[in-house]
Amino acid sequence: MPFGFLRAMVEMSSATTLEAGKAQPEKLPKIRPKLGRDDWVMRAFILVIGLYLVITLALPLYAMLSKSFNTYAFDLSRYELQMDKGTGWGKTLSVQTLNEISGKYQAKDLKTSSDGRLSVVSMIEGFSFRSKTQYRLRNAQAGGAFLIGSERKIDTDWHEFTSNEFRRVVLKPVQSTGFDNFVQYFSNPSLFNSIFNSLFIAIVTTFITITLAFTFAYALARSRMRFKGLFKTIAMAPILVPSLLPGIALVYLFGNQGILKDLMGDQSIYGPIGIIAGSVFFTFPHAMIIIQTSLSISDARLYEASDVLGASKPKTFFTVTLPGARYGLISAGFVVFNLVITDFGLPKVIGGQFNVLAVDIYKQVIGQQNFEMGAVVSVVLLIPALLAFSVDRLVQKKQVALLSTRSVPYEPKPNRRFDTIMFSYAALVGAMIVGTLAICQYAALIKFWPYDLSLSLTNYDFDLMDGGGWGSFSNSIKLGFLVAIIGTVVVFLGAYMVEKAQGFSIGRGIFQFLAMLPMAIPGMVLGLAYIFFFNNPANPFNFIYGTLGIMVICTVTHFYTVSHLTALTALKQMDKEFESVSASLKQPVYKLFSRVTVPVCLPAILDISIYLFVNAMTTVSALIFLYSPDTTLASVAMLNMDDAGDIAPAAAMGMMIFYVNSLARLLHHFASKGLYAKTQAWRKR
Amino acid sequence: MGEETGQGAAFLEVRNLTKKFGAFTALKDISLDVAEKEFICFLGPSGCGKTTFLRAIAGLDIHTSGAITQAGRDISNLPPSERDFGIVFQSYALFPNLTVKRNIAYGLENAKGQKDHIANRVDELLNLVGLPDQGDKYPAQLSGGQQQRIALARALATSPGLLLLDEPLSALDARVRSHLRHEIKILQEKLGVTTIMVTHDQEEALTMADRIVVMNQGTIEQVGTPLEIYREPATLFVADFVGEMNKIPGSAVSEDTVRIGEISLHCGSTKLVKGSKGTVTIRPEDIMVVSETSGVKSKNAIDVTISQLEFLGSFWRARLMNEKLGEAPLIADFSVDTVRRMSLEEGSAIKIGLPSHALRFFESNG
Repeated sequence: MPFGFLRAMVEMSSATTLEAGKAQPEKLPKIRPKLGRDDWVMRAFILVIGLYLVITLALPLYAMLSKSFNTYAFDLSRYELQMDKGTGWGKTLSVQTLNEISGKYQAKDLKTSSDGRLSVVSMIEGFSFRSKTQYRLRNAQAGGAFLIGSERKIDTDWHEFTSNEFRRVVLKPVQSTGFDNFVQYFSNPSLFNSIFNSLFIAIVTTFITITLAFTFAYALARSRMRFKGLFKTIAMAPILVPSLLPGIALVYLFGNQGILKDLMGDQSIYGPIGIIAGSVFFTFPHAMIIIQTSLSISDARLYEASDVLGASKPKTFFTVTLPGARYGLISAGFVVFNLVITDFGLPKVIGGQFNVLAVDIYKQVIGQQNFEMGAVVSVVLLIPALLAFSVDRLVQKKQVALLSTRSVPYEPKPNRRFDTIMFSYAALVGAMIVGTLAICQYAALIKFWPYDLSLSLTNYDFDLMDGGGWGSFSNSIKLGFLVAIIGTVVVFLGAYMVEKAQGFSIGRGIFQFLAMLPMAIPGMVLGLAYIFFFNNPANPFNFIYGTLGIMVICTVTHFYTVSHLTALTALKQMDKEFESVSASLKQPVYKLFSRVTVPVCLPAILDISIYLFVNAMTTVSALIFLYSPDTTLASVAMLNMDDAGDIAPAAAMGMMIFYVNSLARLLHHFASKGLYAKTQAWRKR
Repeated sequence: MGEETGQGAAFLEVRNLTKKFGAFTALKDISLDVAEKEFICFLGPSGCGKTTFLRAIAGLDIHTSGAITQAGRDISNLPPSERDFGIVFQSYALFPNLTVKRNIAYGLENAKGQKDHIANRVDELLNLVGLPDQGDKYPAQLSGGQQQRIALARALATSPGLLLLDEPLSALDARVRSHLRHEIKILQEKLGVTTIMVTHDQEEALTMADRIVVMNQGTIEQVGTPLEIYREPATLFVADFVGEMNKIPGSAVSEDTVRIGEISLHCGSTKLVKGSKGTVTIRPEDIMVVSETSGVKSKNAIDVTISQLEFLGSFWRARLMNEKLGEAPLIADFSVDTVRRMSLEEGSAIKIGLPSHALRFFESNG
């Protein structure tokens, strides 16, 4: 310390002598740019939307993380007791001493959860509520707490009780921080086995989906088969339904009363087989679209070169096709892995006794009300999801570099044998997807499967079932619209600020990080984090808990990243000098934004809104924790009806979601086309 | 050279401008005066800082230290919207979803801009850039050259005091480029708007600019009229960058004599430092063929052999060898007429003259 002080003194004195001696090269003052009105507007927006992400993402996640490290135990030394066996108050005893005398509880028995309660009389040997003994209890220090019934006492006064009254006195646990929850988790095989189960399901599904999706994408990109447009549309259909719908279809096909049950032999569909089959169904379009993109950018010249050099077809495939698509394959692999390991709806419906992480969170929180353990499982689930996300981001960056090279698009040549094989394959996959949807629709219209196969609409009497009835259906549509509108505005404005604001690079960097984060956060984890954060009475935003509002916010945040990237891509394609030109013409930035940026980006804006709408209609995971009796949703209703054994109505509801989403897609298609004709006239030459 | 003291205070004054990007210094202590109505070109290789300089003047990337004064007002720290300039970019940056007319009208649509007035002004500008009938088209329907004219009209719409052109012609093909070059120059003279253009194309700079600012590695090498830059390059860099130039290692043997190899040559300058080493330069077109019959005489006459003769259309390029000059050939441009008249061919032995006013000597640093 003294040394540092001395040095400072020396530096100061040398500085003064230098100044006096002059002759030092003149150091010009740094220019501090004056911020124009536009700069202020942009910064204010970054701040507002950044704050939105902090409140809806960073803080809830923090609350969840800290919850996972909260441990609760009874601290017996905090309480003092006196007894009067008719001879006046005896000497003061610590409850700890009391426990040592009776030997009732060991140290490990005193660990508990936030809701744990410990009866005092259980530690008194030979206690009888009929005895005449009087008791009095006090907190040895302020802040300790015990309950008389549900009345909490935190003062240090003595409270007197008869034996009968004393039965109702319980101690509250004390909170501390530590790894105890994790220790407990990993010492319980029935809990941590889920990690292996989840990884097993995710890895197996990833391999199957990638193989199927690659072949399908290959057929689309490299063959001259017919009906490509139709096949592509069918392949995208699974995106329009909740992930639990294929589960319901599998129940009807291979369940205990399934049509094809005999095919299963000794195996049960309820378990890993069902989860994997359903997961392949709902992840197929995600993988297919990524792989198709990577196949479509490969360079025709490479194929010509390979052909000229006399390479055989298989050799060309392994030396040109596969390496060209490798980033797409890796990226698709991690996307599928992430979707499967974080999915909740499907394993809930068809998982049977096979536990996976996402369902464990639900069981801990909803089933056992053990929020701390729910938080621990969430943290465990976060790790593979974050890993998969990071690898995917790395790979995507490389893929972009690959795209920038100028390549000649590949034009497949007709080859009857190959085209026929590819057509048969695509037809088979298409038939399975359509079949899955069809069996759900059929089951929904059957009176009483499998005994009375006559058609009826009774399964559509949702109001007679659990789950919120038709109200939940309209709630879902309301949610879809709100998420689409609010989400699109927030996402597009945010992306614009990140892309176009000048300076303020730290702020923009943080914003960009926050915008990328939601993709790595499983829905279950986000939903649980929202409970911890928004259900806290001390939170000023507590008022939105239990409303449709919190579900809108949660859904927008949950699907933020993909929307953000779509907006960024569109914005990056615009000339980066538009802002400069507009400023030089002394026009405010909002004028440029409304007159040029938004009209030019309209196709991307429509894409974002349909993406948000469809996902709001189908998502279950985050919202399962957030709905209230007034705000039940169609997808959640499906889950609850299935839980209650009303599988046919669940299928009916799932198909309603499918039809709404299909309609939305169709409208989006025509709206895009119409707008394109009207406002994008400039694109035509 | 380049002093504008006669015209009073400069319209644009740049003092000790420095721009740093982190540890990298893009502009080092630059000062420059630009007179009103002047056409200035920033010329230099890519990465020399010319665009950075232009963007600092525009306020698009505000400099780290130093001062910029425009029309007597210190604009150093002002955002672009509070400065007075119009700008045209290499990419045109026309708004693709607005018609040509609305692109031009973009800067005019202020609170009190009257519709008729705006429409008249737009028509006037369309006439000015020679595209009166293209107003209702979208930018994508126009050719590159047409788009750049619209961008120019848009930049001029608000009658800015300063016009900034950032490589405006680089994206166009050669024929359109030379045509537009001429048109922009005429337009600039007609409107009398002070103009700064960034270019890496020396031909563009030489034909258009009143004065050229040659830049290299974040500093100004020379400021001068095109003729000054070409004839009297201040540094070896300028000599080399602008036009063709023979560069021969040599040394100064007296105040006005340089030596290359074994040959001493009289040089126009009389301020050479005796004994200093450096580079002797001469432009290929300044080398003359000397013949007794033609009567052309030269102090600096050398015997050489033509090792190669190349036909380049309007002239011949010859490679001249003389062991005494060293191993590198001397490049000379001879007119078609000279070659025919003197029946020059590869292998001919001739005598050439290196006029002393065309010879320059640049001391090497250190």
